[in-house]
Amino acid sequence: MLEIDWFLGISAIMFSIGIIGVLIRRNAVVIFMCVELMLNAVNLTLVSFSSFHGNIDGQIFVFFALAVAAAEAVVGLAIIIAIFRNNLTVDVTEINLLRW
Amino acid sequence: MNPAILEIGPLAIPVWAIVLGVGMISYLNSAAILVYAERRIAAFIQNRVGPNRVGPFGLLQPLADVLKLLLKEDVTPTHGYKKLHAIAPMIPVITALLSVAVIPFGAGLYVTDINAAVLYLLAVASLGVYGVTLAGWASNSKYSLLGGLRAAAQMISYELPMGMAVASVILMTGSLSLVDIAESQSMWWNFFVNPLGAVIFIICAFAESNRTPFDLVEAEQELVGGFHTEYSSMKFGMFFLAEYMHVFIGSILITTFFFGSYHLPFADLYIPADMNIWLKGILDVSVFTLKVCFWCFVFIWVRWTIPRFKYNQVMKLGWARLLPLSIINFMVIATIMYFTN
Amino acid sequence: MIVYLFILLAVLAIGSALAMVINKNVVNSALFLVINMVSLAGIYLLLNAQFLAVIQILVYAGAIMVLFLFVIMLLNVEDEEKLFDKFRVKYFLAFILGAAVVGQIFYSIAGVTDMLPEISSNMAEIGTVEEAGDVLYTKYLLPFEMTAILLTAAVVGALMVAQYKIKKG
Repeated sequence: MLEIDWFLGISAIMFSIGIIGVLIRRNAVVIFMCVELMLNAVNLTLVSFSSFHGNIDGQIFVFFALAVAAAEAVVGLAIIIAIFRNNLTVDVTEINLLRW
Repeated sequence: MNPAILEIGPLAIPVWAIVLGVGMISYLNSAAILVYAERRIAAFIQNRVGPNRVGPFGLLQPLADVLKLLLKEDVTPTHGYKKLHAIAPMIPVITALLSVAVIPFGAGLYVTDINAAVLYLLAVASLGVYGVTLAGWASNSKYSLLGGLRAAAQMISYELPMGMAVASVILMTGSLSLVDIAESQSMWWNFFVNPLGAVIFIICAFAESNRTPFDLVEAEQELVGGFHTEYSSMKFGMFFLAEYMHVFIGSILITTFFFGSYHLPFADLYIPADMNIWLKGILDVSVFTLKVCFWCFVFIWVRWTIPRFKYNQVMKLGWARLLPLSIINFMVIATIMYFTN
Repeated sequence: MIVYLFILLAVLAIGSALAMVINKNVVNSALFLVINMVSLAGIYLLLNAQFLAVIQILVYAGAIMVLFLFVIMLLNVEDEEKLFDKFRVKYFLAFILGAAVVGQIFYSIAGVTDMLPEISSNMAEIGTVEEAGDVLYTKYLLPFEMTAILLTAAVVGALMVAQYKIKKG
């Protein structure tokens, strides 16, 4: 039957794929998506512990994490659009001026 | 698990399978029947005859249409994105098919009764946006892209008042299961107690199906053909199929949420509780089918009667009229329920 | 049966996550992330968390990722042509760091294995909408209201940032 180690294993692998993505990609939108992937990996950990403990609190925490992720995506994408307006690129290696 | 299995004993699995089979066949064929119905009703409204040559009364016209679509050349834009261009038409069809899983066709006649059926329906409906958006993007055409983005914006905007209207139904039923929602309307249809919610839901269902008066997505005068400008042959046929399936699922949802599902109005007063199970099943399914047919007719009727909105009017209607109205409706119902219970 | 289902979903989740990171095309990356989220919803179902599974599709796949796609299409972001064409020390370090994180987490998981052998038997009742709503509106009422304020603030902030006009002269 299913064991908690497997779920934690998937979560760990997904989290580190997210880390690698954040480090190697240069497109701001993709970096953002990698952050979402890492958030998802952590959510999976919380849900699996919640299920194996038989306690719903972990799932409620994931619910809040979803709300925060939505808020973060909205603000983050707005910032990316603002950057794109000024620099005409979303490549993070080329956005090196802290003024406009 | 499934009431039909418990009640009928040895005949259990066949009944379940028959319901599923009939449901799926009618669902798949609904598009063909609706195409024929649409053309005949449109012709009637415009004082024409409509297709009447293929088969008796032109009944085989949908077959001829499909044959035509199949035999056409399948064109893919040279600079388009070929893989997504092929995948995009499947998405709306798949999401439309997925939603039938939770719909009750009669007392105990359903595929599955999941605990979060309403959320499931909303989730599946929200996945349908990908089809039109990706079709618009993969075609590498400005008209397609604009059509796709318009479609996505419109569908997301109208999901909110739709969700609030459904929330007011959930509030009265106290359950997210469609089976419970259907069962709770045996005496009073939700339309009688929550008419404003019903009107909002119907408008949103019209907007979600992307048909006139909300067909900004494929507004011919501005966008050529909208997101499916670059589609031909059976890929276009898939979008066509999905549109009629969305009409059908919209009718089913309007019926289930607000118009008593498979119940006749005030059914508790005159339908005996100990009715023969087969008789009850046949009655339920035919009542449900009749209501769905009526709402499909209304969809077609509206399409051929009302002209198209402007895009800013659609957005204004969604965000500035329907959304506040649905929230007020929700709060009023919540207050009334708080004071009456 | 359930184990095969789990393996299928796990392969799908990890495979799509990998494909998302190494794909040059941004739209493809976003779509792979959608696949990843849908398969995660499937894994939530295996964990008997029906409510979260549906919410995951509704919020992540249905709303957040559509927003991402919208922004990608509006900005018309070009592909990253130079992703893996030449070896860079940066990539190597990134992989080392990723491997280190995986190793560390696996090491700590291996230390506490067999503590929770099975999915809790009362989970089938706990994962439902009723239970979640019950806890959400009693025990976690204040955080729940706070999310409402957070989301409002996010919408207002996003409008402020995205609609900001630079004054000429």
